[in-house]
Amino acid sequence: MPQALAQRTVDARSRRRARGLPPEASILMVLIGLALTFELLGWILVRQSFLLNEQRLVIMILQVSVIGIIAVGVTQVIITGGIDLSSGSVVAVTAMVAASLAQSSDAVRAVYPSLTDLPVLVPVMAGLAVGAAAGVLNGTLIAYTSIPPFIATLGVMVSARGIAKWYTHGQPVSMLTDAYADIGGGAVPVMIFLAAALIFHIALRYTRYGKFTYAIGANPQAARISGINVAGHLIVVYTIAGTLSGLAGIVTSARAVSGQAGMGMMYELDAIAAAVIGGASLSGGIGRITGTVIGTLILGVVTSGFTFLRIDAYYQEIVKGAIIVAAVIADQYRHRAGGKRA
Amino acid sequence: MHSLATDVPDGCFLQVSHLGKAFPGVVALDDVSLRVKRGTVHALIGENGAGKSTLMKIIAGIYTPDAGELRLRGAAVHLSSPRQALRNGIAMIHQELNLMPFMSVAENIWIGREPMNACGLISHRELRRRTRALFERFGVDIDPQAEVRTLSIARRQMIEIAKALSHESELLIMDEPTSALTEKDAEHLFAIIRELRAQGKSILYITHKMDELFEIADEVSVLRDGRYIGTASPLDLTRDELIRMMVGRELSQIFPSAPARPGAVVLSARDLTLEPHFYGIGFDLHAGEILGIAGLIGAGRSQLAEALFGLTPASSGRVWIEGCEVKLDSPQTARSRGMAFVTEDRKETGCFLRLSVLENLEIAVLEGDFVRCGFVRRRAVTQACAAMSRLLGVKTPDLHERIENLSGGNQQKVLLGRWLLTRPKILILDEPTRGVDVGAKAEIHQLITRLVAEGAAVLMISSEMPEILGMSHRIMVMHEGRVTGILAREQADQVKIMDLAAR
Repeated sequence: MPQALAQRTVDARSRRRARGLPPEASILMVLIGLALTFELLGWILVRQSFLLNEQRLVIMILQVSVIGIIAVGVTQVIITGGIDLSSGSVVAVTAMVAASLAQSSDAVRAVYPSLTDLPVLVPVMAGLAVGAAAGVLNGTLIAYTSIPPFIATLGVMVSARGIAKWYTHGQPVSMLTDAYADIGGGAVPVMIFLAAALIFHIALRYTRYGKFTYAIGANPQAARISGINVAGHLIVVYTIAGTLSGLAGIVTSARAVSGQAGMGMMYELDAIAAAVIGGASLSGGIGRITGTVIGTLILGVVTSGFTFLRIDAYYQEIVKGAIIVAAVIADQYRHRAGGKRA
Repeated sequence: MHSLATDVPDGCFLQVSHLGKAFPGVVALDDVSLRVKRGTVHALIGENGAGKSTLMKIIAGIYTPDAGELRLRGAAVHLSSPRQALRNGIAMIHQELNLMPFMSVAENIWIGREPMNACGLISHRELRRRTRALFERFGVDIDPQAEVRTLSIARRQMIEIAKALSHESELLIMDEPTSALTEKDAEHLFAIIRELRAQGKSILYITHKMDELFEIADEVSVLRDGRYIGTASPLDLTRDELIRMMVGRELSQIFPSAPARPGAVVLSARDLTLEPHFYGIGFDLHAGEILGIAGLIGAGRSQLAEALFGLTPASSGRVWIEGCEVKLDSPQTARSRGMAFVTEDRKETGCFLRLSVLENLEIAVLEGDFVRCGFVRRRAVTQACAAMSRLLGVKTPDLHERIENLSGGNQQKVLLGRWLLTRPKILILDEPTRGVDVGAKAEIHQLITRLVAEGAAVLMISSEMPEILGMSHRIMVMHEGRVTGILAREQADQVKIMDLAAR
């Protein structure tokens, strides 16, 4: 090695970077901007206020709270540098299994005729267990074989959908108990979503679990050398994501008061979109639950805004796709500029 | 023996003069001049980082020099890409072979230049015929239709050589071609090289192995610290003289000297083996001691460090820490036994580039007093990290700065700090000052010395002779996976180390 080493200069960028603004500020601006746009268009096109309608706002959040619950788990998976495509199918399996254990004695052809009118805790625990099992499977495949998360969860996605259909040979499961239906009633799904978001926001920011999750996503090799049990931790993260998908399945079936094998179709993509719009980076190490919550609300505003303006659902999807891509492009610019983590 | 070329009076195929090349922070080549004659094997030797690879890459058109000129057959040329070099008759046989494993031998050789038949499709028959003709030229027998992945490394190398010859190359650059070959395969390669030489080709041969050089080289040039030292015929040189040319620098750098007060043995290894990286390694590391590990690249030093830390455990052998036998099967185990490991590749295996300085510092110490019921005690951790950052003199605006924005030296300090927070008894440092500026380097050296004075045991791998000689109490030299000697500081010098490192 030559001794003539040039003096390195500290990156000048770091000194002139803006301080204090949390990374969510920019997405929050997008959310507000979108809401105001719909407000304005509302007065022009349909002569109504978009925001000053409590009922609409509640419905809007209700619609996206299931996606939000999934997105809280998916965000954590994305922070580890992974992806979970199985969430939508896990929603379906969970909905079927939980609903089958939540049937009332009035059900004509119950799945388990001897197991009706069970306490609500039974279907709930069963549903969470199904979700957790799917997560363990995802995590184990990813941690102990060298297949990429995309493939592992794609396989589970396809198989889980098959299991959901096989479970009752495609028959929907209906006539559920009132106690079970209450889980999906009123603002309960919104509460569940916000509770999940709060818990995992705290977990990611203030616990060792969170520190390890970011470290693994930022550099799995360095994480391993630092003495982190990377394989074990990944299984935990995927299990949490699976369990939250299970919870989403319970809420979905409770809201519909039935379990159907087609439930949760494409939910995984909406959840990934919410996380990515919220600033999670698919290359790992970056992402926050607060961002994901805002990302989820953006999806909600777009959906209900288009409905409010009575614009075709087709346009809705086109715009949603554009927003996702725009979010990632904006994100890359932000990271290229060398952001700072708070 | 030199065949006399006709185009240039002195029979010189390649002439480089006053070449210079700098990379950010490093001057890789400084005023290097060299001539390669036609029909000769010209060996290029030097320590790790002497500038051999950079010189080769300039000649092969991969790098463009900052200064100096290249002359081919007497005419100045400017090579801006490997393609252009190839067109000028220069081919490089890379150390890591560049063949496509799932394609046939013939397809690999003629890729992009396939012969066409009347319909404009590839004529496989012609392809095979040409390949066979090519192989006959230097007496190799390989089935042109074989898939490359089914062939041994030695055969792949021959395909690379054939590929180079198919371009009618006049100069072949070989970068340590025998590093992955058995002795028998190496003999075969030498036979081919002699055949090529007889046909008037020039070969620029980079090697670490002295014996080879005496076997096949007609001329040998020595580089040291990016500078050209000299050229001679191996017939006129002894091994010792050659080693002196490679290492004969003045040791002017001052190192802080750790007091030599070795305590009890803290780490003891016997018969550690992990094929094909290292074999039968045994040593004792004392408290308050720096044991340097010297050797050339590929000697298995980093693999040994990784094995000790449980990243890729050794397949056999025994290790004791403070007298108790331990099974180091994962980094968690190693850490819990009081070991720490700063790897050689800061970016790949050290830093969490996207995370802050704080997050980089705290990650290995999130246990015990710093965590309560899974919750990180933020204030305590932040205080400890801030204290460590001050102690190490990390230059950063604050602890929330992304580590990516720090200089190499400061990143290295953070990585050291990460492990010092765990209060390790045994530190394994792999190239602790690679790519670090002079100031930070001295600071890191001082820090290591202080740790050792406080009773830590340090295992330090370094490819920098001055660092190894200046810092270590004892020096363990490795060559091709084996320990070839352990020298006490007083008996060690550059010549002795190089002698043991380059058998």
